[in-house]
Amino acid sequence: MPGPYRETDLTEKVEAFLSDLKRGGSGTGPLRGSAETARETTALLRRITAQVRWSSAGDLMEVIRKEGRRMSAAQPSETTVGNMIRRVLKIIREEYARSRGSSEEADQQESLHKLLTSGGLSEENFRQYFTALKANVIEAINELLTELEGTTDNIAMQALEHIHSNEVIMTIGRSRTVEAFLKDAARKRKFHVIVAECAPFCQGHEMATSLSKDGIETTVITDAAIFAVMSRVNKVIIGTQTVLANGGLRAVNGTHTLALAAKHHSTPLIVCAPINFLFISGEILSKVNVHCPVFDYVPPELITLFISNIGGHAPSYIYRLMSELYHPEDHEL
Amino acid sequence: MADSGVSGGADKKDNIEREKIEGKELTKEEKQRLRKEKKQQKKGKEKKDASLPQVSVAETAAPASQLKAERRARQEAERTSKQSKKGDTGQPATTSKPKIPPNELQPVVKRLPEHIQVDDPDVLKKLAKKLERQQTTENSEIQKIPRRLDYGYKVSLFSHLLQYSRKAPLTQQLSIPSAVIHPAIVRLGLQYSQGIVAGSNARSIALLHAFKQVISDYTTPSNEELSRDLVNKLKPYISFLNQCRPLSASMGNAIKYIKKEISNIPSQFKEDDAKKKLLNCIECFIEEKIVLAAKAIAKSSIEKINDGDVILVYGCSSLVNHILCEAFEKGRKFRVIVVDSRPRLEGREALRRLVQKGISCTYVLISAVSYILPEVSKVFLGAHALLANGYVMSRVGTSQIALVAKAFNVPVLVCCETYKFCERVQTDSFVSNELDDPDDLIVTRKGETQLKDWQQVPRLGLLNLVYDVTPPDFVDLVITDLGMIPCTSVPVVLRVKNVDLL
Repeated sequence: MPGPYRETDLTEKVEAFLSDLKRGGSGTGPLRGSAETARETTALLRRITAQVRWSSAGDLMEVIRKEGRRMSAAQPSETTVGNMIRRVLKIIREEYARSRGSSEEADQQESLHKLLTSGGLSEENFRQYFTALKANVIEAINELLTELEGTTDNIAMQALEHIHSNEVIMTIGRSRTVEAFLKDAARKRKFHVIVAECAPFCQGHEMATSLSKDGIETTVITDAAIFAVMSRVNKVIIGTQTVLANGGLRAVNGTHTLALAAKHHSTPLIVCAPINFLFISGEILSKVNVHCPVFDYVPPELITLFISNIGGHAPSYIYRLMSELYHPEDHEL
Repeated sequence: MADSGVSGGADKKDNIEREKIEGKELTKEEKQRLRKEKKQQKKGKEKKDASLPQVSVAETAAPASQLKAERRARQEAERTSKQSKKGDTGQPATTSKPKIPPNELQPVVKRLPEHIQVDDPDVLKKLAKKLERQQTTENSEIQKIPRRLDYGYKVSLFSHLLQYSRKAPLTQQLSIPSAVIHPAIVRLGLQYSQGIVAGSNARSIALLHAFKQVISDYTTPSNEELSRDLVNKLKPYISFLNQCRPLSASMGNAIKYIKKEISNIPSQFKEDDAKKKLLNCIECFIEEKIVLAAKAIAKSSIEKINDGDVILVYGCSSLVNHILCEAFEKGRKFRVIVVDSRPRLEGREALRRLVQKGISCTYVLISAVSYILPEVSKVFLGAHALLANGYVMSRVGTSQIALVAKAFNVPVLVCCETYKFCERVQTDSFVSNELDDPDDLIVTRKGETQLKDWQQVPRLGLLNLVYDVTPPDFVDLVITDLGMIPCTSVPVVLRVKNVDLL
């Protein structure tokens, strides 16, 4: 019987993904970049949409929410999982609305005022059944996947606009986005990169070897020397784990010190992050409560520019992007 | 003379009185005498880079009214003996300078130290020649002071500095036994280059002990004066130590002090007496400038530590550890957060010492400093040297901690003895620094050593800085043995110190 067989296969896949997430967080499993996690999550959600039996949009959203809660619980610090789920939920709402024929205007929260005062579409319960909904949703998720696959390239394409020759650029730890960004610029320009190694995991070492193999002049420094060397640095380019709704960052530890040093020397701080890294947070996120904190909170005043696959933005604009990507009802999964 | 019986304590009294009546007008006869001396001295003297007029007021002084005659007689005798031999030591004769205000408007002709001109081939050639010249032809064996060679790819911003590898110590190039260098010095050099003796106080004390050894083993050759010959004997040792590891500011000041003491030995002294006096001087220096200073600083700092404080310290500073232990013994209740950094991980040593005393501690790496700083009430930092423009030179990472503390409005206190004050000025950490062995940065994580073959990768450089400078606006208070001063008062202390004979 194709039905149950497919369902067990699906559950297997979901379980495998959850255990990967759990292991990835503890550092024993394969270390995956956030972009990869996003892609896998989306692929899994597409599968769920395709295989699970559902009759109306409301059912589908319930299923996805349930799976989503499980996934988020598996690895709370990996926020891209939650983000993808919210994106998919928004897609479903949009497709549903389009099928119903209502105008997009009413659904979109255009102004800040509406954002704050709207009670949401609580009357709408998504019970109507549309035959084409499934196909539409899957198509939309496919679009999302293509977008995700292209994010790193899109960001890297903007590199030449921001890096001139003979610059000294500083970065910290290892970010695949920044790596692609710098390598793309290095094809046409010559510049020098200083990598802070970011103890205790010392991911900066990998970054440095990878960059120098591509012909970029690289230097590895210890975390302690960040301020000492900062006076000769022209730009600081970093990747991040998450971008918060107020324009702040949750990034690898040591980033806050780096941001303060850059501010002291008036060096611009540029964050390269794909748009799916945006995360909703009610209040200012405090740091992880361990003695070896994995992440730092960087307030938006210290950040100069965000470079994402849809272009560059100031930190004060992030809240707007948030409203375009996610529906306020889905803030709590 | 009424109080001629007190002549024994005259010297001490001199010192005190001199401080009080500094700048008092010299009597007419004094002035005439000084003018005469000046003319005579000008012929024989080289004006070297003695930018600090060593106004050593030991022999000349505005004497107290009672003991004028006695002192004058004594001084005449000493002066005549000195003039005869003090031709070319370049030591500014103490008698010739009247009391001009030190350093004011005098053109400073400074020689740049060689260790920050490594990218200049002429300077390197001169250094090689100098090391050759400082050989002694004892035992008919001409041995050179070996020169340590650079290691590995140097980051271009630092090509003017030396970078050594710990695996190639200088002593490998010396033959055993070394006729040129005293074995205590060889041992010391090895300890420096391998990092066995580290920390500015430890290095200075080790240096002074080694010099005590050298002095006790020293015998004056037949037709030489102890005061000149011993100084020349010490020069190759100092070059050797410099090659093993660049001298610190505290060591530089200690050496200056010793050299001055040696050249002030009066020629009548018998060799044994002279040696005893020198050993005594060195003991005094260590006792006053290091041990007693630490006690004084601890006393002042304890006032700043309140019950319930959370104190942050960085790395292992002997002085800060001493302060915390004293405060704990006095019964203050506080806890300590020790911040550490790769690759030296000196914080572990500090942690060990504090925990042994029973102080409750927390340990973090420097990248977590912005995480724990909201809990901290004070930051205590040690210093390697205090520069004349108010910048604090200390272990790399100190400026970072001061920066983050400032951002969180936590007071930063720097503890430093006055013998570490130096006249250099510096505004960034590039122009003068020390590059440690780059291989220290290599680490194995999860079974992989990423940077194992970093030398083969063409464009990869590893930078292992040792020091950095902290701007004075990050530092709220400097606690010294002279009291608690703001960072900007360092040149004032230097000026007072110079007049007062270091």
